[in-house]
Amino acid sequence: MVDASTSAHGDIKLSNLTKSFADFTAVDDLTLTIPEGSFFALLGPSGCGKTTTLRMIAGLEEPTAGSIFIGNTDITHMRPYKRPVNTVFQNYALFPHLSIFENVAFGLRRRGIKDVKEQVDKVLDLVELPHLAQRKPLQLSGGQQQRIAVARAIVNRPALLLLDEPLGALDLKLRRQMQIELKWIQTEIGLTFVHVTHDQEEAMTMADTIAVMNEGRIEQMGSPADLYDNPKTAFVANFLGQSNLIKGSIESNGSESLVVNLFGQKVAVPRARSSARDSSILVGIRPEKLRISPETSSASGNVLTGGIIEDVSYIGVSTQYQVLMPWGQELMVFEQNDDGVPPLDKGDRITLSWEPIFTFGLDGSEDANAGSELHNDEEE
Amino acid sequence: MAFLSAVSHKSDESEKKRSFLPYLLLLPGLVWLFFFFLMPILTLVSTSTKTPGLGIGEFDQTYRFANYWDAIVNSRGQFFRSFEYASIATIMALIIAYPLAYAIAFRSGRWKNVLLVLVVAPFFTSFILRTIAWKQILGGQGIGFKFLTWLHIISPQSHLTASAFAVVAGLTYNFLPFMTLPLYSSLERIDPRTMEASGDLYANAFTTFRKVTLPLSMPGVVAGTLLTFIPAAGDYVNAEILGNPQTKMIGNVINARYLQIVDYPTAAALSFTLMVAILIMVTLYIRKSGTEELV
Repeated sequence: MVDASTSAHGDIKLSNLTKSFADFTAVDDLTLTIPEGSFFALLGPSGCGKTTTLRMIAGLEEPTAGSIFIGNTDITHMRPYKRPVNTVFQNYALFPHLSIFENVAFGLRRRGIKDVKEQVDKVLDLVELPHLAQRKPLQLSGGQQQRIAVARAIVNRPALLLLDEPLGALDLKLRRQMQIELKWIQTEIGLTFVHVTHDQEEAMTMADTIAVMNEGRIEQMGSPADLYDNPKTAFVANFLGQSNLIKGSIESNGSESLVVNLFGQKVAVPRARSSARDSSILVGIRPEKLRISPETSSASGNVLTGGIIEDVSYIGVSTQYQVLMPWGQELMVFEQNDDGVPPLDKGDRITLSWEPIFTFGLDGSEDANAGSELHNDEEE
Repeated sequence: MAFLSAVSHKSDESEKKRSFLPYLLLLPGLVWLFFFFLMPILTLVSTSTKTPGLGIGEFDQTYRFANYWDAIVNSRGQFFRSFEYASIATIMALIIAYPLAYAIAFRSGRWKNVLLVLVVAPFFTSFILRTIAWKQILGGQGIGFKFLTWLHIISPQSHLTASAFAVVAGLTYNFLPFMTLPLYSSLERIDPRTMEASGDLYANAFTTFRKVTLPLSMPGVVAGTLLTFIPAAGDYVNAEILGNPQTKMIGNVINARYLQIVDYPTAAALSFTLMVAILIMVTLYIRKSGTEELV
């Protein structure tokens, strides 16, 4: 009856997966492959459809259309208790009436496994809480409950472990620690992890591959570095870290790079890093890639002149500047405090410059602010 | 140093004030309990050992504890019948109320409040009237009777009123809300994600109910069964209106002893015995169901 839990393994394939509720479409024609053994993150703001996707994989939500495969096994309409999938729930959902031992043993007992004690002890050792076996969940701290929730799921050796905002209820310090531990556990036991989160830092720290979701679709998928360095949409550029996006028009189209006119000033954009479809373009540059210098000094690379410092925030390792450009846009600059030069002052007239290689280009029809207002959005 | 001692002195004073406050807040309740619980109980106990005096309704305190023995021996049939009827009614109410409470807690969506009001709605009419209504429903011309004959569960020649069946049905009906509401409140408190987690951990719907939902709703089951069993065991209205002389419960005996025969000592002895018997049963029941650590 539960054979699927041991036999099915392989890559997870979602094909044209759709979930519509009465008045809106939560997940819209989603197709993606999660390689076996990877740590995969579904990242997006609340309401983007990431949790619904997770619940469809777990079998807690019936897809409106599309299919879900693990290897060659179609699990689209399989009952949740027959799937080789286990979930670490948001707020853990531990059984309050059972001891920690019985919580962890729950899945093993349902499947009629013989050496329950041995396996439970082993997994409690793995999460370093063997001494709490006889306690009840409510006697544990948040961090301990979180680890037991992971233990309760991984003891079953599922083909796929789903984590639904698993660290959302923990404080920052504990969250950092658990990020490292979860990553370690994943490497140790080699299961496929699918992790749903709205916290971009959490996704970047843990995942090999991130799919950024927005309004039921995948905006972009790739490694954390790839997403950060080569965002393909304004949403990704703003949701993962911060970006300065400046509207411009392509003047000439060279083989290596494009020359773009930004309100009268010309900059180069590597051709391979542009996803503009016509001459209208959004030129993107990360704040930490910008160099800031007094107007009088010379600058090389891509240069924008005429900026005035509006605000200076000194944060120890770096200084953040807010610079007003002649065309009325405010740009962010993060400058490392590693050159012994005192920070510039509010009101100073400055020049911005950067290596052209760091420039990326987005299609000019995009909303330059997409995703930025969701940046520090907390779920629930 | 002087500053520190001044501070600690001040906190001492406020400590004293604070430790006095809880007793002050308890006072009205304690006064109430003294006059309306402790005093009546003591009066009851002292009445139970009296013997008849010269006039009707006059009794002298003679510490005749044999009153208890006489009362219990004479009414043991009604005692057992009370507990039997109350037990059956409690089990019936549990069987009816659990699915109802479950549906309201998890499946009713935006109808939740309406359904809860409907559960309580019968309380808006008098207990006696509702019980008399059952006499009509189960009578030869009543819809309950006609429905059951239509289903061929009973023959048209039989009768349902003035029977043990009618008494138990009345008890079940009248105390159903006392069962439903605690069950609902304890089911409603269960995090639905624990049930999802159970399904995720290879338990089918039945196992999830047996291993997760039912154990987590035990506080409601215990509260509901107590709230049904205790008043049902002492009830006399249902047996009076829906029963016959062979279905008399202990409540009817106490009622008759007190109001018709004017035998206060026996009525008091029976009342006190009933109280103690229920107390013992409830204690054993709570011990057995082991819910102290659950709540």
